[in-house]
Amino acid sequence: MLVFLVKRLAELIPVLFGVLLVTFAVTRFTPGDPAVFLAGEDADQALIEATRERLGLDRSIPTQFAFYVGNALQGDLGRSYSRNVPVTELIGRALVPTAKLAAIAMAITIFFGIPLGVVSAVRPDGPLDLAARVIALLGVSVPNFFFGLLLILLFSLQLGLLPSFGAGSWRHLILPGITLGTFSVGLIARLTRASMLDVLSQDYVRTARAKGLSGMTVVYKHGLRNAAIAIVTILGLNLGSLLSGSVLTEVVFAYPGIGRLVVDAIFDRDYALVQGTILVIALIYVLVNLLVDMLYAVVDPRIRVT
Amino acid sequence: MRRLLRRNPIVRELARSRIAQISAVITLAYVILAVLGPQLAPYDPTAMLTLPRQSPSAEHWFGTDEIGRDIFSRMLISARVAMTVGFVAVGIGLVVGGLMGVVAGFYQGWLDSVIMRIIDVLLAFPGILLALAVITFLGPGLVNTMIAIGIGGIPGYARLVRGEVLSLIERDHVTAARSLGANNMRLMAKHLFPLLVSSLLVYSTAQLARAILAEAGLSYLGLGVQPPDPSWGGMISSGQRFFLTAPYMAIYPGTAIMVLVFALNLLGDALRDALNPALRRSGG
Repeated sequence: MLVFLVKRLAELIPVLFGVLLVTFAVTRFTPGDPAVFLAGEDADQALIEATRERLGLDRSIPTQFAFYVGNALQGDLGRSYSRNVPVTELIGRALVPTAKLAAIAMAITIFFGIPLGVVSAVRPDGPLDLAARVIALLGVSVPNFFFGLLLILLFSLQLGLLPSFGAGSWRHLILPGITLGTFSVGLIARLTRASMLDVLSQDYVRTARAKGLSGMTVVYKHGLRNAAIAIVTILGLNLGSLLSGSVLTEVVFAYPGIGRLVVDAIFDRDYALVQGTILVIALIYVLVNLLVDMLYAVVDPRIRVT
Repeated sequence: MRRLLRRNPIVRELARSRIAQISAVITLAYVILAVLGPQLAPYDPTAMLTLPRQSPSAEHWFGTDEIGRDIFSRMLISARVAMTVGFVAVGIGLVVGGLMGVVAGFYQGWLDSVIMRIIDVLLAFPGILLALAVITFLGPGLVNTMIAIGIGGIPGYARLVRGEVLSLIERDHVTAARSLGANNMRLMAKHLFPLLVSSLLVYSTAQLARAILAEAGLSYLGLGVQPPDPSWGGMISSGQRFFLTAPYMAIYPGTAIMVLVFALNLLGDALRDALNPALRRSGG
């Protein structure tokens, strides 16, 4: 197990280096001079030069990259040009709301996605299966920002039940949570169905049925338990689609999370903030992947060998 | 010709599936509307014709938007935009990712390691985040949207193709061809590529759906197709402001995206089932 962990961690180093390189390149090679941008268009030459020196922009590109990596490793992602606060502070403030949203969406995914897939797999091609498959397919086909707007139209504008934007109370989380969860519900339902069908076609399931166990016992004890490994992995990886989906969801609901922070930063041309937010999201995603891998190895010892 | 078609197992399977036929017809209808859009559109999609936010009427089937442009005409041109971005983006992912996957799987060794590390880095940016990073770098616009979404498709194709090549390369017919003196290029083109076509087709259908959703998302954010050029995402974004008084402004384009993506996903499922009868029986 320790060997496996060390190996996975070692594999992570080039990936993290690459992620740093990409985020550095995205902002360093963008058109326009950040020093001019920061000092202001009509600033005099001396001020621009001073700003350039302060940001280290007068050094060579490799030196700048080395500084960037060094600072990032110490948890310093620079200052936001547009808000004049450390980038890490802004990200820290935005991460909590996004985590809440992702948690709600994940709960919705588990409570609706998995049962939908199981119902589907019990009697393939039956009426329940067809209905569940259509729902799952709709979930992955509707653009989530559009679905969010429809929810606002119904629950906020027509019925006046829930707030349509902002954050603060648990009521603010319901509509964006559903919006963010919809795609994952569809995705997980489809994958649960596939892995359940796979497991239910195995010999030991036939044996279980042959020895007279009831249909429900077979489906839950033999089927779902064995399909669970695949489903748990997918749920972990699903965090990627939640992080990515949070960008559009948060914009629709004007929700103060990290997804909206990225978009605002891009519009403000606040490159340090763009760099920092994208870096942190990628980091979270990579670490969650690692965690899922580890969990998988704990649950299924066969994985450790390969 | 008919007999030839009928003998094709894929065509036979698809001909049997009603769902496959319906989804293929819907997809084809969108393609035709996209191609003929400029001819079919009753008005200039960027011209301000009449009063803003008029309800649907005989003159303006889908009504007019916030500055009096014909929504029906804008929808048609948006179909063209979505399809173009979709196909070009999928093409970028297919060609670049596919080549990386073939090279990695075929030559293996250090080349494989380097390519797969690059893929791992790209995979570290989930979904639309990679596209946002590319847009930050290149700036918004139609062409850059295609590039940004296309780059996002590269890792999937590279992994798919590499995996297939790794398993195909062990097959007898490849060993036989190699021992008969076929060079690497010939092996890849004649003995590996034809066997990849079916899985690439299935994957590309799903990818087209993904790319169209991504374009809509980016254009909704204002980072994709730029006004005054129409796009479904952009139309939803401007329709949002008049949601209470003129909800159709956002509902038409939203429904258009949903139906197309639904049909594409359905078609992808049907193709997968048709190409893999074993999977079909187990229901996958």
